[in-house]
Amino acid sequence: MKAIRILSRNIRDSFKSVFRNFSLSLASISCITITLIVVAISMVLSLNVNRFTELVEKDVTIVAFLDLETNDVEINDISQKLKGLNNVESVKFKSKQSISEDMMASSETFKNIMSEWSEAESPIQDTFQVKVKDIKLIGKTADEIKAIEKVDVVKYGEGMVEELVSIFDIVRRASFIAVVALIVVTAFLIINTIKITIFSRKREIEIMRLVGASNLNIKIPFIIEGLILGVLGSIIPIIATCYGYTAIYDKLGGKLFSDLIKMIKPAPFIYFISLVLLIIGMIVGMFGSLRAVKKYLKI
Amino acid sequence: MDLIALQNVRKQYKTGVVAIHDLSLNIEKGDFVFVIGSTGCGKSTLIKMLYREEKPTKGKIIVGGIDVAKLRNSKVYKLRRKIGVVFQDYKLLNKSTAYENVAFALEVLGLPKDEIHDKVIKALELVGLKNKAKQYPLNLSGGEQQRVAIARAIVNGPKLLICDEPTGNLDENTSLEIMSVLEEINKLGTTIIMVTHDTTIVKKYKKRTILLDSGRILKDYKKGTYGNESNKNTK
Repeated sequence: MKAIRILSRNIRDSFKSVFRNFSLSLASISCITITLIVVAISMVLSLNVNRFTELVEKDVTIVAFLDLETNDVEINDISQKLKGLNNVESVKFKSKQSISEDMMASSETFKNIMSEWSEAESPIQDTFQVKVKDIKLIGKTADEIKAIEKVDVVKYGEGMVEELVSIFDIVRRASFIAVVALIVVTAFLIINTIKITIFSRKREIEIMRLVGASNLNIKIPFIIEGLILGVLGSIIPIIATCYGYTAIYDKLGGKLFSDLIKMIKPAPFIYFISLVLLIIGMIVGMFGSLRAVKKYLKI
Repeated sequence: MDLIALQNVRKQYKTGVVAIHDLSLNIEKGDFVFVIGSTGCGKSTLIKMLYREEKPTKGKIIVGGIDVAKLRNSKVYKLRRKIGVVFQDYKLLNKSTAYENVAFALEVLGLPKDEIHDKVIKALELVGLKNKAKQYPLNLSGGEQQRVAIARAIVNGPKLLICDEPTGNLDENTSLEIMSVLEEINKLGTTIIMVTHDTTIVKKYKKRTILLDSGRILKDYKKGTYGNESNKNTK
């Protein structure tokens, strides 16, 4: 009961202090708000980019075309060699017959032309469709496949895949750096706010010490104040994320640029982002006030 | 029985200044003691060490059974709950009423509201300010403000009340009013140590008086002997 009474008094005092130094609190809240908005944008971008990358990774396939005169034994041998490569996830063989049938089924023109070819005349090659584990190493894996005997041509959309992956990487890194930098700046602003609160409550702290308040009892209101600033600062970013992301998703029909790049569905994605924003706000607020209390509250 | 015992206490500040030299002193429970001396003689340092605002460089200080010199910073509050302190500048919260100022001392300790109310009213009654409970400090006279500070210091029923020049800012009549409040508190069993410059008060109240000079006890006058030049009977 006693602990609850002290805690409720501390919470009351912390709220009082937030409003007593309102202009300063507002500066900290605004800084947290801006930081968290950037954090939200970065997270939405990063997570969507991650998803795009996953989709691209799933879709990207290396196609190895075999020499026309490759026999069944050699095909089996190549299949074993492909499976033995480090970065290879799966290997699927597609025979020239099966490719021809697919092509003829897909178009009447193909059917007319291809039906006149004898087996010896057909330019269609047997192929292996290879999926890789790490898309970043796709070029190296393609080279290794090319080096296998009887493998004629290797295709995987050279250049485009690497470029896409490196752009995604840049987006992820840039947003990460921006978030870290802003969090540091915000933490310093909170340290400053709490420092001024400590100075403005110097007499109160002195009296608290004189009448026998424990050190923890004196420090807790400042920590709670940092926490309150963090929570207040996260309100606008959370609302902006929930409404903003849903609106963008609806407007774009859940697709970005093309059908290939699908956005993450708003629910439960926005709730996850909101929770992360709230937690970051609370941690930054508490960390800032803890630092200030440690540095400026000598008791 | 001794409430306070100092053994060979020395206090040297970081600047090198020695404020207290090898001082030993015992104060009994229920006593009323004046500490006098010229400016810079070590009076304030002495009482600051009693409520552990300062730590002795050497020696032993026992207050109410607590070894003050060995007390860790995080445990100082345990000592402070047994001690009330009153200052020359009152140290009141100007944005809080007299009642709230006194209640503050109990609120930070987490006491229930009803208990706080009873104790605050009792303390304000004792210092004669029950009818001014709702007044803000700046609307009160100096003497009244000091009485609020005294009420705050005693509201938790401390064993020891330390007064650092409580009448320093007050005129003669008001000083006497404060003294009568302190006497009343002392009669209820609280030990009082009062630092003062006001020799008129010391002479009038005839309590045990410790005269400090350059950090040493120059004379320890027994109760009623200070100001009596012919009386050489020192403790």
